[in-house]
Amino acid sequence: MSKDGMRITLRVWRQKGPDQPGKMETYLAEGLSPDMSFLEMLDKVNEDLVARGVEPIAFDHDCREGICGSCSMMVNGLPHGGERGTTTCQLHMRSFRDGQVVAVEPWRASAFPVVRDLVVDRSAFDRIVEAGGFVSVNTGSAPDAHTLLVPKRDADAAMDAAACIGCGACVAACPNGSAMLFVAAKISHLAHLPQGQPERRNRALKMVKQMDAEGFGACSNHFECEAACPKEISVGVIAELNRDYLRASVFDV
Amino acid sequence: MALQLDARIPAGPLADKWTNRKFTSKLVNPANRRKFKVIVVGAGLAGGSAAAALAELGYQVECFVFHDSPRRAHSIAAQGGINAAKNYKNDGDSVHRLFYDTIKGGDYRAREANVHRLAENSNLIIDHCVAQGVPFAREYGGLLDNRSFGGAQLSRTFYARGQTGQQLLLGCYQAMARMVAAGSLKVVPRKEMLDLVVVDGHARGIIARDLTTGAIERHAADAVCLATGGYGNVFYLSTNAKGSNVTAAWRAHKRGAGFANPCFTQIHPTCIPVSSGHQSKLTLMSESLRNDGRVWVPKNPDEKRPPAQVPEADRDYFLERRYPSFGNLVPRDVASRAAKERCDAGFGVGGTKLSVYLDFRDSIQRLGQPVIAGRYGNLFQMYQKITADDPYQTPMRIYPAVHYTMGGLWVDYDLMSNVPGLFVLGEANFSDHGANRLGASALMQGLSDGYFIAPYAVGDYLATHGKMEAKQKVGTDHAAFAAAEKSVQEHVARLRGVQGKTPVDVFHRRLGKILWDRCGMARNRAGLEQALREIPELRAEFWKDLRIVGGDGEFNQDLERAGRVADYLEFGELMCRDALAREESCGGHFREEHQTPEGEARRDDENFAYAAVWEHRGEGAAPALNKEPLVFETVKPSTRSYK
Repeated sequence: MSKDGMRITLRVWRQKGPDQPGKMETYLAEGLSPDMSFLEMLDKVNEDLVARGVEPIAFDHDCREGICGSCSMMVNGLPHGGERGTTTCQLHMRSFRDGQVVAVEPWRASAFPVVRDLVVDRSAFDRIVEAGGFVSVNTGSAPDAHTLLVPKRDADAAMDAAACIGCGACVAACPNGSAMLFVAAKISHLAHLPQGQPERRNRALKMVKQMDAEGFGACSNHFECEAACPKEISVGVIAELNRDYLRASVFDV
Repeated sequence: MALQLDARIPAGPLADKWTNRKFTSKLVNPANRRKFKVIVVGAGLAGGSAAAALAELGYQVECFVFHDSPRRAHSIAAQGGINAAKNYKNDGDSVHRLFYDTIKGGDYRAREANVHRLAENSNLIIDHCVAQGVPFAREYGGLLDNRSFGGAQLSRTFYARGQTGQQLLLGCYQAMARMVAAGSLKVVPRKEMLDLVVVDGHARGIIARDLTTGAIERHAADAVCLATGGYGNVFYLSTNAKGSNVTAAWRAHKRGAGFANPCFTQIHPTCIPVSSGHQSKLTLMSESLRNDGRVWVPKNPDEKRPPAQVPEADRDYFLERRYPSFGNLVPRDVASRAAKERCDAGFGVGGTKLSVYLDFRDSIQRLGQPVIAGRYGNLFQMYQKITADDPYQTPMRIYPAVHYTMGGLWVDYDLMSNVPGLFVLGEANFSDHGANRLGASALMQGLSDGYFIAPYAVGDYLATHGKMEAKQKVGTDHAAFAAAEKSVQEHVARLRGVQGKTPVDVFHRRLGKILWDRCGMARNRAGLEQALREIPELRAEFWKDLRIVGGDGEFNQDLERAGRVADYLEFGELMCRDALAREESCGGHFREEHQTPEGEARRDDENFAYAAVWEHRGEGAAPALNKEPLVFETVKPSTRSYK
């Protein structure tokens, strides 16, 4: 690394709008500190672009501490850069070599159309949850919280699945563009709790139906989703979803 | 003209006020509710819970968010937990004790009646969230687990690992999804509120920009709820999400809503320090670390040895030295100021000399690494990911960072601003935390406001002032909508028209530096007066030299940020003005002129037991200070000492 800091060659997907063609552009990022996060590197590149009169690279981001699920980019072909259990915002430049070429693209899935540059439309996830990813309870009608006992192992299993941040890395990683890990995480979260039982089977049917309607592909057990998930959600939840779906298909249709 | 600041606190003894208010609230017949439309801006815990609860009642609700989904609001980042007075531990908790701790924690600068209601609602929140399927931590017997928090003397904090905010927000999000499916809620993502529309003195809608197409749109309603969060990002570096901003609240302020106590900001002591000038945000490390970590700096300001090799005799455990009885567990404001004092005196560590050590060596020796890993493993891992240092081997470096803002739009007991029909919920209002917020209280307030207060308050307003017949309603063709839309368009055009040389973040960083230096952890008259000269100069430079590339009729994140920074450049000045006017020290507001000989905060109840409510009086005119006196009928304000 020179005394002026790290430098990398950035190849970035630029696309002005959903219906416009996109292409990779090359920018040189210089004067970087290894302590910068990946998004801070993009901030710096953007400041330099603005100074040159070039439109900055659009990317979704917010909390920058790995919990809001906004960031959505493929770094060198891997969702969130491929570091285990890490979102792009928690990736640091020290993970790259000085002089490296780094390619950055948006999630690639037909159910996530590109809005601009690295920003995609993930509203399909919201519509899947609206199809049934909830417990039907009105505000003000709940009994005392301790009237319902939940064994610790069930609460822990529910929490493991509920850790999903809805970023969409699972879809981006999947060769089929399947949303099974996302859908199964919600199904598993509620299926492990007594509150989720009354609507359990119907929930599986409706969410899967909506997932198919949104154009996500089928699961063929590549398990790329689990490797890419920044919250390390296990593909075991997909087996749980399949069981609930099968039971519902046999008994409730 | 002075603001009308009637807090409308219900009659009766403190513990009966909320019950009385619920009974006197007027109701809207279920069949008539769908004739009313309510706009909610923001979908964090306050906005999301209000949108869901109002939609459940049958109102037509539209919820605007600037994110791509309501699940991304910054409430999601809250780690520690949520307080409730359940007394499940049989350790002496009660609604009154939670009320007392909260009002005292706020250094007696909040309303008694509001804080008591918050404590009352705390238990309902836990019940409701459990029923929604929020996976709170459980004990082996299946009951809910609690932990201690923020130096409280009992365990009243419910939690879901280190992701309590996330799980509560997903509960809201799912409740919203259910109402979207039911047809009574419409979520409007990627739209940012840029103005409030006021007709005949009442809030009647908003002007919003579609962040994808750039279209400026009019949206009419019978009532508007702002739940747009705090303004901590005015400092540029804070623990807030990058998108968090003051714009919606500030523009409502410019349409007449009073802004209360803007100088009340919370600086959290244990954050990962700034490493370089390109840092974009700061990350909080849970306050619980101070249970087992010792805070120190070297006695020699030029110490060159690595921290592990500095012998005991050459270390200054300054919190233990200054506060022997509380040691490392003094409250947030005290710990933050003490770290600043050492760094200002030249004893700071790290490349920037702006951090102090938080050392687990002694705890690891005493308890063993597995015990420490069990308690804090995820935090140690997060620290290592960001800094590349291993806290098991070398002390953490920490420094205080802006975390939360207690000030906000003024609201009455019903959470309605002085503009009728404009409700303000959660961190965006000023109501419950006084001059300092206690840990695990923010989540509680957001959900109390949204799930359990807004349904009564909005219903009462609509029953009193609402118009049911379509022909009586104010539509988007009203002249006030046209005027507000025009002013937003002019503002956007003005931003794009500057065509200068400097990117927007440069101005934001400079503003943040001014505020951090002059209106941060410690303030004094000279510094605040200097800031009041520097900010207008910076603002003038902004409007001369800002550079935005790209058009306004498209997705343009620089333009979004420029609008927010333009508002911060106005708001920052009000913060300093408020800090200058408050000639006392209380909670997070520490005026160096007002301290005891030992360097502790000196509150002045005789002259400053009021909420300072600022009134906008037009561009270029000085804002006017209005006061809402705080009356303490139940608790007696006392001095906090941690020696």
